[in-house]
Amino acid sequence: MIRVVLPPHLRTLAQVQGEVTLEVPGAGGVGGPLTRAAVLDALEARYPMLRGTIRDHVTFQRRPFLRFFACAQDLTHEPADAPLPDAVVSGEEPFLIIGAIAGG
Amino acid sequence: MSGVRVLVGTRKGAFMLTSDGKRSRWDVSGPHFAGWEIYHVKGSPADPDRLYASQSSGWFGQVIQRSCDGGKTWETPGGGVTKTPGGMPAGESNKFVYDTSPQTGKPLTTHQWYDGTQHPWEFKRVWHLEPSRTDPDTVYAGVEDAALFRTSDGGTTWQELAGLRGHGTGPKWQPGAGGMCLHTILLDPKNAKRIYIAISAAGAFRTDDGGKTWRPINHGLRSQYIPEPTAEVGHCVHRIALHPSRPNVLFMQKHWDVMRSDDGGDSWREVSGDLPTDFGFVIDVHAHEPETVYVVPIKSDSEHYPPDGKLRVYRSRKGGNAWEALTKGLPQRDCYVNVLRDAMCVDTLDPCGVYFGTTGGQVYASADGGDSWAPIVRDLPAVLSVEVQALP
Repeated sequence: MIRVVLPPHLRTLAQVQGEVTLEVPGAGGVGGPLTRAAVLDALEARYPMLRGTIRDHVTFQRRPFLRFFACAQDLTHEPADAPLPDAVVSGEEPFLIIGAIAGG
Repeated sequence: MSGVRVLVGTRKGAFMLTSDGKRSRWDVSGPHFAGWEIYHVKGSPADPDRLYASQSSGWFGQVIQRSCDGGKTWETPGGGVTKTPGGMPAGESNKFVYDTSPQTGKPLTTHQWYDGTQHPWEFKRVWHLEPSRTDPDTVYAGVEDAALFRTSDGGTTWQELAGLRGHGTGPKWQPGAGGMCLHTILLDPKNAKRIYIAISAAGAFRTDDGGKTWRPINHGLRSQYIPEPTAEVGHCVHRIALHPSRPNVLFMQKHWDVMRSDDGGDSWREVSGDLPTDFGFVIDVHAHEPETVYVVPIKSDSEHYPPDGKLRVYRSRKGGNAWEALTKGLPQRDCYVNVLRDAMCVDTLDPCGVYFGTTGGQVYASADGGDSWAPIVRDLPAVLSVEVQALP
């Protein structure tokens, strides 16, 4: 199980409270490396209303005002298929999806 | 007639106001979708409990919401409800992808950018949702960058009517100050194959075959601010309205100029007449008097507020040219709000109700065809759209 923290508006949209926990290939060190792409695939499969809100439907490009963090590191510009930190894989630390502070 | 429901889209959520047929006391609910921009909420003429909302955000993009119980509860169609044969939820309700398939003939990938160069089409948001007059599951969506989409499964999936972008003038379309948006969709109540749409800043267009083929209908428009003032396309049309009994007669609020067509848009003539300024955004037609038209004059394209700080609706009972100021109940000093293009509507009660919302967060209503007005709510976020439903 891995842990994902959504920004508040996406929690409302997905009708969840607090963290989301997901079974993802690679979680717990099983089934290959855990990647951001795998996390987002699993998140969108569980909560399809989130498709298009974090990354583009077709290109899978990150939406410009969202960033990805874990273990106090900014992982936004890491490749989508790069392995995530071990602490995320083990479930010790959450994978954070953050809305940029950008006015409005 | 048990009452009316007013659907208000704002910069920070949607609100619903309900009243009985007298329209003097109002209950307000909301914000729905708090914190999100709600460009438009509209009910199905075929089922007043079926509502659709365009919810968007600079952070999270576009979401389509649907209610089947008059706004008590909402769902994202396809968002966990619809299952594909493989068992995965479809999740397509917020997916607006431009059609580039070979079947549409000429996939179109660019339009004119501010500097005159060509620029790829990029989906940004849904400005306007127009439910079918007969089928609650069929809805048209006008989007930015300008294109027309349609769903026939209640908002679960959306397909572009690509003949509009592909008919030939698309490379000449360019964004207005608010973006290149398709904001007006008029479904002809007497001819199911005819649809009028309008785009800023491209102009008005019409299909007579249900959306397969389109042509510009801008003959007679004159826009001094474009290189060729009478060009086939490039006009900044702000809004078009029609009366259901007479769908060949169209009224247009253009960037500047109030216009009228008596031949389904084939030709236009100016009917600004004695308006104090003919810049503005909204225009609508009285529900029972096809020659009675309403506009809200705005000072200019660089000063988006009423002239002299006086919020005045202007009414013509002669289909234009001769206009009277309606001021009773509206602020007549120090008022500097704007009324955006989707923020005026009329109900079908008798007397006809007229409604409009402002960027200052007020929604004003008149239950007597515009003779007198009162704010039915006054401290909302900036109002983007106002629609009204007469409830059975």
